[in-house]
Amino acid sequence: MGEIYFDNSSTTKVCREAAEKVMETMTQNYGNPSSLHALGFAAEREQNDARAAVAGVLGARPEEITFTSGGTESNNLALFGAAGARRRRGSRVVTTMIEHPSVLNAAKQLEREGFDVVFLKPDQWGNIGPEQVFEAVTPDTILVSMMCVNNEVGSLLPIDAVPKAIAAANAPALFHVDAVQSFGKLPLRPGTAGIDLMSVSAHKIHGPKGTGALYMKKGVHIAPRVFGGGQERNLRPGTEATPLIAGFGAAVKALPEPRAQLDAMRELNRYCRARLAELNVAFNSPENALPYILNFSGGGIRSETMLHGLSAKNIYVSSGSACSKGSPSHVLTAMGLDRGRVDSSLRLSFSRFNTKEEVDIFIEALKRCFSELAKRA
Amino acid sequence: MDEVILIKLGEMVLKGLNRGSFEAALLKNIRRRLLPLGGFEVKSAQSTVYVIPRGGADLDAAEERIAKIFGIIAFSRACAVEKKMPAILEAAGEYLKNDLLAAKTFKVESKRSDKIFPLQSPQISAQMGEYLLEKYPHLRVDVHHPDLVVRVEIRDFGAYVHGQPLRGAGGIPAGTGGKAAVLISGGIDSPVAAWMMAKRGIELTAVHFASPPYTSERAEQKVVDLLSRVSEYSGRMTMFTVPFAHVQEAIMQHCPEELFTLIMRSFMMRVSEKIAEQEGCAAMITGESLGQVASQTLPALVCTDAAANLPVLRPLIGMDKLEIINISRKIDTFDISIEPYEDCCTVFTPKHPRTRPVLADLLEAERALDCAALTEECLNGLKLTKIYPAR
Repeated sequence: MGEIYFDNSSTTKVCREAAEKVMETMTQNYGNPSSLHALGFAAEREQNDARAAVAGVLGARPEEITFTSGGTESNNLALFGAAGARRRRGSRVVTTMIEHPSVLNAAKQLEREGFDVVFLKPDQWGNIGPEQVFEAVTPDTILVSMMCVNNEVGSLLPIDAVPKAIAAANAPALFHVDAVQSFGKLPLRPGTAGIDLMSVSAHKIHGPKGTGALYMKKGVHIAPRVFGGGQERNLRPGTEATPLIAGFGAAVKALPEPRAQLDAMRELNRYCRARLAELNVAFNSPENALPYILNFSGGGIRSETMLHGLSAKNIYVSSGSACSKGSPSHVLTAMGLDRGRVDSSLRLSFSRFNTKEEVDIFIEALKRCFSELAKRA
Repeated sequence: MDEVILIKLGEMVLKGLNRGSFEAALLKNIRRRLLPLGGFEVKSAQSTVYVIPRGGADLDAAEERIAKIFGIIAFSRACAVEKKMPAILEAAGEYLKNDLLAAKTFKVESKRSDKIFPLQSPQISAQMGEYLLEKYPHLRVDVHHPDLVVRVEIRDFGAYVHGQPLRGAGGIPAGTGGKAAVLISGGIDSPVAAWMMAKRGIELTAVHFASPPYTSERAEQKVVDLLSRVSEYSGRMTMFTVPFAHVQEAIMQHCPEELFTLIMRSFMMRVSEKIAEQEGCAAMITGESLGQVASQTLPALVCTDAAANLPVLRPLIGMDKLEIINISRKIDTFDISIEPYEDCCTVFTPKHPRTRPVLADLLEAERALDCAALTEECLNGLKLTKIYPAR
């Protein structure tokens, strides 16, 4: 039996198109995109092509896309860059308690540097209300950073309220969205959504690890964190990782139409929920979550024990976020779930390559896990 | 909740008997721009164009495109709802939730073009105001300077609720004003000039002069990128690339240095005029602005004008550089225009160009060249590139 991979929010398998493009760019089109000669121009073209593909999905201009090493770097560049550029105009930063660690810990660092950081608290389903946003954004707010979709439970955050809250408070704030989990999955156009900065990553959409991008709306300026030879319009200098970037572009081009894909995922999620319900699990994902993510607690068995039990059967799932190995989930804790439920949570995250048959095999394996482990307990 | 876009027509509603053809052109342009985005129904009634997505087509993408179609003065994203008062009230409270939370004061404006609807406009407004005040207790009514105007329209096809309308691109529909050839370099001005004439309904053809090996492939790519942004407004066009290095070399060798740029520009006009005539263009367009550089002084323009018979449209003639830059930022060409590649106008520039040239001197200097043969050579080497909207 082949493997069943339900951990796509941690990372994904690189699709064939991307892998081939990476190889080609490493071995044939290997010029430095800054070189003036034809090989340099060819590499630049390849890179521009990838940039146009990423921009296309976002409804953005190519010059609004800066390639980085991935989601973490994009988030750090956005937070420190925005805070650095606007620190004279106010001191408040608004974010949430359920951000990815690369936003959360960057925000905590800003707090140590003297910013007044507000962390919005979610309800028991990981939802944050627009009213909370309107209340938190004050006239001295310089940055709001909010993820589009939570990576652990899949809840959708009220990002459409943020630009209006900023306008209503007349705040000098930039708006950053960590869209790593929604990119390529939800049709979100930062330009029309009033978003100034947006982070995306390649390896969550079947592209290579080590690359991602930061969307920055034209006319917005942030302070660079790295200094060098002027690449990426001086925002992220250093010779570009052309092979990875080209692979990113190929992965983006291979993305199916998001709406049709979303419908397929809804169907898979619904099916999985119905099957899980047979096992009397408690769902931690809200009903209206992004269907790519399904978080639940069950069996009173520790997450890690279940995870390893499944792993032994070639089924790969996650206990909360893969980035926080071992420690209890800060997201589920912020949602106010009791310790027992937090410690027994599992996260399934799907991709377009998953099927209902895999869900069936997973359910049977989980059933066996529950009964075997219950006997031992 | 069904969302649609309602479009208000621009100055063409002032046209008399020709109004129909302007409207038809606009509808055609809207349909053509929305076609690649998939299922939209576009229909016109009661001086409004309705854009209705079918099967979840992307309304955000449609909005971006509609904002660039000439002939539209304003448009709104609206919530379409059944013509029943409870449904209309509920839809307004939900659809405009974030706007209502953001506002401190509001008012309701209602329009009832379907006179069968049982309530009159003031009654609709009153009920809506009452409902929203109850649902959002932080709100106050301010009929003079409200933060938010909630608009309710009762039309033949249904009821619509919307907030602040968005500004359209203005102008008159592309293609209703005939055809002209724009001389495009890669700088800031010519794309703006092209855009301005397209705004007045002109269909564009582009002529670009390239001088390899003095100019690079990157310089030509830059022009393609510029035009593809202009074409988001103007519609697709054809670009003719003219090989120009030979002409420049000949001028260098045989003519006085101080007249180099002017003679070169005369050549450009001559070659462009041939292409324009061949393409059925009634005029040429340049990005000249009076006094901006030595070749754009009034005496210099007199000289370049003499090189061609077709009228030359110079929409930037009275504009300051900053005004031009503001437009180029608005139409997203500025960042491309300032990419630092040599173009055909920056190679071979004379150290001290003549600012007050006399036409007779120019004609005299040109006698050292075989103008007809050089022009012919240019025309024989033309390269065609199809330009499509960047998005």
